[in-house]
Amino acid sequence: MKCEDVARELIPYLDRRANSALRMEIEDHLAACAACHARAQEFRKAWTALDDVPLVEPSLNFNARVRERIAAEPRPRWFRWLVPQPRLALSVALLLALGLWVARFSPSARQEQTSAVKAQDFEAVKDLGVIENLDVLTKFDALSELAPTDSPQPPVQPDSSQPSQPADGGGGDM
Amino acid sequence: MTSSDVQLMLDVKAGDDASFDVLLRKYRTPLVNFLYRMVRDTATAEDLAQEVFLRVYRARKDYSPSAKFTTWLFRIATNLALNSIRDNRHRSRDVSIDAPVEEDEAPLELPARETRIDQQMAERDRADTIRRAVTSLPEKQRVAVLLHKYEEMDYAEIAKILNCSESALKSLLFRAYETLRVQLAPLVAQPVAHRAGERRPL
Repeated sequence: MKCEDVARELIPYLDRRANSALRMEIEDHLAACAACHARAQEFRKAWTALDDVPLVEPSLNFNARVRERIAAEPRPRWFRWLVPQPRLALSVALLLALGLWVARFSPSARQEQTSAVKAQDFEAVKDLGVIENLDVLTKFDALSELAPTDSPQPPVQPDSSQPSQPADGGGGDM
Repeated sequence: MTSSDVQLMLDVKAGDDASFDVLLRKYRTPLVNFLYRMVRDTATAEDLAQEVFLRVYRARKDYSPSAKFTTWLFRIATNLALNSIRDNRHRSRDVSIDAPVEEDEAPLELPARETRIDQQMAERDRADTIRRAVTSLPEKQRVAVLLHKYEEMDYAEIAKILNCSESALKSLLFRAYETLRVQLAPLVAQPVAHRAGERRPL
């Protein structure tokens, strides 16, 4: 063990907290090294001198003063958790309002609204070809495509027992 | 059989104020002395010690025994002492061992024939010199020495209070005791007779 190692472990050695193996190593070194031995003796004397300081006694009313200070503490109120600090409540309310405002008027929200309108328009445009095509409109089959899907209309079959009427309505007065 | 400090504190948490009184009686003297050695003012030390107990009481509902009770207690005390020293630095009473003696610490005029009083005065001066030597240490070293020497805490506990590693604490203690060895060298050259059974040998 070197002198630096002894210096590092000198306090645990002097306060008897070093383990027995370390103690033996240090004692071997101290027996062989006069400088470290002298230093250890001075440390021991300084350590012992620190005991020459009398204790200070707390004042007689120490406990009473602690009790007074505890009694002076504000009492916790049962509804305190329901009613937070006014500043905190105001801050939370403002943050909430700000959050709602941002959510309502933010570009993303507006974009979503616009997208929804566009989707409706697209559906209408899809049906536009059918609506505007008169040939298709004359056929009931095609019209059935425009009927709501939840209440499908049965296709109307032309009655074969009835004579078909000419489109111009003529030929009946012969 | 006495309850452990942790059990006492858990009892306090459960609403048992008598357990708080037990802790108060047990630790008021060590705390006042620790704080007195930190701030070197009796009134301030008492006030800070009361504040420590007040904070312990305030924190009782949230107490969980994750460490030794004394570690928690002296950590609170250390923080309060360091804050107090820093707050009062402008009118700090930290005095170097070479600094002139303050007015209230000036040696009294003693009658030469009163040897008993003379001895008492010598002991008082000796104690005062030692206190000053300890007080002149840097704050962290001072806390380490006080907890190690006077509270006899183990290294792990002191390291937790000071928030450092054990090896760093050993270095800190070595530097502190090295300073004290040098500062107290003239004093230990003239030892006073120790009262038997009062001191713990090293």
